[in-house]
Amino acid sequence: MVEDEGIRRYVAHFILWVGIAIVAFPVYIAIVASTQDNALIANGQMSLLPGGHFFEVYYQTIFVGTSGSTREPVGNMMLNSLVMALAIAIGKIAISIISAYAIVYFRFPFRMAIFWIIFITLMLPVEVRIYPTYKIVADLHMLDSYAGLALPLIASATATLLFRQFFMTVPDELLEASRIDGAGPLRFFWDTLLPLSRTNMAALFVILFILGWNQYLWPLLITTRDDMQTIQVGIRKMITTTDALTEWPIVMATAVLAMLPPVFVVVAMQKLFVRGLVETEK
Amino acid sequence: MQKQAIFQSKLLPCALVAPQLAIVLIFFYWPALQAVIQSFLLQDAFGLSSTFVWLDNYIELFKDPAYFEAIVRTFFFSFAIAVSSLSFALLLAVMADKPLRGSMLYRTLLIWPYAVAPPVVGVLWIFMLHPSLGVLSRYLRGLGVDWNPLLDGNQAAALIILAAAWKQISYNFLFFLAGLQAIPKSVFEAAAIDGARPMRRFWTVTFPLLSPTIFFLLVVNIVYAFFDTFGIIDTMTRGGPGTSTVTLVYKVYSDGLLGGNLGSSAAQSVILMVMVIVLTGIQFRFVERKVTY
Repeated sequence: MVEDEGIRRYVAHFILWVGIAIVAFPVYIAIVASTQDNALIANGQMSLLPGGHFFEVYYQTIFVGTSGSTREPVGNMMLNSLVMALAIAIGKIAISIISAYAIVYFRFPFRMAIFWIIFITLMLPVEVRIYPTYKIVADLHMLDSYAGLALPLIASATATLLFRQFFMTVPDELLEASRIDGAGPLRFFWDTLLPLSRTNMAALFVILFILGWNQYLWPLLITTRDDMQTIQVGIRKMITTTDALTEWPIVMATAVLAMLPPVFVVVAMQKLFVRGLVETEK
Repeated sequence: MQKQAIFQSKLLPCALVAPQLAIVLIFFYWPALQAVIQSFLLQDAFGLSSTFVWLDNYIELFKDPAYFEAIVRTFFFSFAIAVSSLSFALLLAVMADKPLRGSMLYRTLLIWPYAVAPPVVGVLWIFMLHPSLGVLSRYLRGLGVDWNPLLDGNQAAALIILAAAWKQISYNFLFFLAGLQAIPKSVFEAAAIDGARPMRRFWTVTFPLLSPTIFFLLVVNIVYAFFDTFGIIDTMTRGGPGTSTVTLVYKVYSDGLLGGNLGSSAAQSVILMVMVIVLTGIQFRFVERKVTY
């Protein structure tokens, strides 16, 4: 626009870098702390520059775990988190896309009733029905299992609504064309609709993977065995012991490892991430 | 709205909706119903028998000053988190909306904290502001602040708000930036030609045009502060010191788990459900409005 653009631009660059510094600072401290000696940190003498214990700390974190509080290798926790996140993301997309297909492309009894039954689940996060859900999972003998970790979190409507919306925009001619070609409903779904939905599925996958990886309250309740812990639960247990015994470099290495996969997904698949985020919130 | 071109089959669609319907009924409706039923029951100490007590659990709750405090605290947290995070994110978004070199890089560097899980956020911040070993606590003490969030309830609350707001900056930034980019540049140019200075342009043009986004984000931030702060609180303060950081969700968790008071915990769940439904309702109404804006 018209007035002193130059200075305004410098100010904007400056403010943005300050913002980035504020946003990045806690993570920088975590990375630095994960390369230092515990005694130094415990004394409040932590240096603001990286130390020399990187390999040793990360080796112990991934393959051994803390020597005091959890004694569970973080590598294993990450595996649990990964299985849970993938099960939630893939499971939700799979069941949602077929039910959205049924609701959009067929007329069957109670179609709208079923749509509403699914739609209402949008309203209530798992936190508000936590103990009754726990009881059901316990009754089904699914405590300490991947099914117990993932299934209750799959029960929500966001993905179904998204696919329904998308299917509504697919031109009717496509269906007529494939019908002339002699394709039945399953063939049409597999050969036409699924390839068209690829971008939507990918965007949704990115968001659901992050949300799944970051789940906390639910895994905290239903995992009792150490070897079923997810990384988010494990990191909390590492700082339960009295302060003096907390092995901070390992805790911080675990924090870094817990951030790594979802942050990588956001940065590497930024376009899909933004698209998924904007769409699931609408 | 309905599709005109459809398939004629009754069995196949039923089979296709069956998996989702089953999961939703088993893991959503059944527990939600149980919560409602349980909220009208009083269980004995061993959980062997329960009696129907009408609204006693609810009446008990509203007579309990601790519950009332938790409500007030939750709303206060939500408000503080939403306002601080939204205003900081808006400032950054307005800056990033300018035609700057490297604006894509700025966006990348500002949105990644979205991916950091709440318990990790808690761990990062308690480590920096830990009373005895925190890097930032040193400076606070240097400034003469008697900093100990593990003993001082107000400081603990401030810590939770700070950490929770930090995590939400990236989300708010992203939506503000999208909102700003949707405003046609010609509107600003017209205002500039009319002689409005940048600050005035922001308050009279940008801000009103952005109000749907602001309102949408306000609701999202409140819902976030209600639910997603659980992980932050649980890793940083566990609701303490005393009960100074116990929010509604944290209370549902701790009363059910530690207190074993399932009737009261269920009643609290039901109240939370109602609150979420109201919030979601407001959000939907608003989204409808935005379409016609």
